[in-house]
Amino acid sequence: MTRGTRVLALSVLALAAVSACRKKPEVTPTPSGPTPSPTCDQRCRDSIALSEKRRADSIAAANAARDAAERERALATTKATLAAPVYFEYDSDELSPDARATLDAKLPIFRANPSLRIRVAGHTDERGSDEYNLALGQRRAAAVKRYLSDQGIDGGRFEIVSFGEERPVVAESNEEAWRMNRRAEFEIIAGAESLVAPK
Amino acid sequence: MSLLRRCALACVVSLAAVAAVVAPARAQDTTVAGVRIGLVYAPGTRPGVLVLPVDGTAGDSIRAILERDFTYGDRINVITLEPSAIPQFGSGSARPNYPLFTRLGVAAILQVTPTSFGIQVTVHNAGKGVAERTKAFPLPSGTLSADWRLALHAVADEIEQWVTGVRGIAATRILYVSAGRVWQVDSDGANAIAITSSGSNAMSPVWHPKASHIAYMTMGATGQQVVIREIGGATRVLPTRSGLNMTPTFAPDGYTIVYAHGAESGTDLYATNAFGNEPARRITVGRGSDNTQPSFSPDGRRLAFTSGRSGHPEVYISDADGTNAELLTPYNFGDQSYRANPDWSPDGRLIAFEAQLAGRMQVMTIGLRDRVIKRHTSEGTNEQPSWAPDARHLVFTSNRGGTKQLWVLDVESNTVRQLTHAPAGARFGAWSPLLRAR
Repeated sequence: MTRGTRVLALSVLALAAVSACRKKPEVTPTPSGPTPSPTCDQRCRDSIALSEKRRADSIAAANAARDAAERERALATTKATLAAPVYFEYDSDELSPDARATLDAKLPIFRANPSLRIRVAGHTDERGSDEYNLALGQRRAAAVKRYLSDQGIDGGRFEIVSFGEERPVVAESNEEAWRMNRRAEFEIIAGAESLVAPK
Repeated sequence: MSLLRRCALACVVSLAAVAAVVAPARAQDTTVAGVRIGLVYAPGTRPGVLVLPVDGTAGDSIRAILERDFTYGDRINVITLEPSAIPQFGSGSARPNYPLFTRLGVAAILQVTPTSFGIQVTVHNAGKGVAERTKAFPLPSGTLSADWRLALHAVADEIEQWVTGVRGIAATRILYVSAGRVWQVDSDGANAIAITSSGSNAMSPVWHPKASHIAYMTMGATGQQVVIREIGGATRVLPTRSGLNMTPTFAPDGYTIVYAHGAESGTDLYATNAFGNEPARRITVGRGSDNTQPSFSPDGRRLAFTSGRSGHPEVYISDADGTNAELLTPYNFGDQSYRANPDWSPDGRLIAFEAQLAGRMQVMTIGLRDRVIKRHTSEGTNEQPSWAPDARHLVFTSNRGGTKQLWVLDVESNTVRQLTHAPAGARFGAWSPLLRAR
């Protein structure tokens, strides 16, 4: 602590002591609270009411903003959960435990949003035949739809499509790119406006 | 020693047997209309042909196009001479300098003269010292136009038939896809033009057996459709069920179209009338597997296709109605590499396909009689083979030059040449049948 700040701290303490002394006589025996003191005139009471209202309003606004932010966050999480792709092994449409977990996380969203409809798009890596990969992508999308239907979600809520190797996420030729490109993606085709987070 | 001798004897006997088998085939090849130059084409032996300089404004172009067509046909050895260095005609004679040319390895001399409506071609037999044949060919007006080029390619093909007994394949075009559009290019790489509009998201173009139509697949946001397009005419979307509809192929009858359709339980091959509205009938029973890329045998009775029914893609052949399916390409249990994309050769003897070797696709052929597999490529990734009408050349997609482009392969010599130089790359090459000049 420097000398200067020490002086500043002392003067602050002194000021506080002075103002405490000055306020003391104003304290009345009447109970504190919303009831205005007899010494408070109408203007005084209005001003107190206004400030009380402002305080209440600001609390309500803060609460509303917090709720909205929470809802927003929950909706964003919901959307992200819904859009989360599932990944596949090379030349396979089998759903791994990870893929099943990704799909299971989507189930409450489908249950909470009966008007929600989704397009499942199957994709492949660049290896193999361009054309055969379209069929493989179709098989992947179909496997996803079948799994979700098996979990009790109406199959009519899913459209499936394949883009084969035509739309890679990572346009590179290495294991990591191939892993990222062997996927099924999820696109909302109905019910996006009324989407709510599951309870 | 006696064992060796017995082996040698066996070799001779088997060679004789092979010769006996091959002989009728060759005899068949030589029974063509027109005059022969006394040369019998044999693999590895290419008769030397000299094209004399051609007069007229288009003379140099005519000579260059003919020479290139012969070179690309891989059956003729084009002999080029410095025109000024060689006296082409004997002194005071309109006859070519036969003895000199014979010494230079020339078997046939081609003399091309412009006429008022085209060209006149005379083929001289250098060895016999006689003009064997003369024929006038009309050429359309518009020198170097697409039609003019096609007509000249047809002349080259006919001359190749005179000289070698086998018609050339210069008067053909190759379909391909670049940046989502279907393009066509002449067999010599000239005249590349887009057929479909931009944004058509096309794949897998094929020719109608009469080259009157093409078919291809277009990819939309919700699925794929098969489109049939009349050359220079209207397009029509094949009425299919929604979902994946791809890899169309016309049957040799010209009416039937076979394509792969996939929805929720695998992809199967379906057949329907290409120009009607009949419901398609399913011809493979894939039980949830993928069955795609059909290719007809030239007689239309058999079908080769790719199927994943054994767990990973392999090439199968079946009857045209899908019955009697059998595995064509052999594989070892547990082998994860795969084989796909069959194309049945126009002479019915081979099927070209792509096989994954060390993680990369390579162009292969398999003999239908002996099931002998030959590998034809090694540099880069090579895929999507499509036969030329001579059953000897294949067009395929290769990335050996850095981008995917079409290349042409001679399966007998394994020589290759680059066909396309498309800025956006090229794939899905499909070789036309022989085209008629209009």
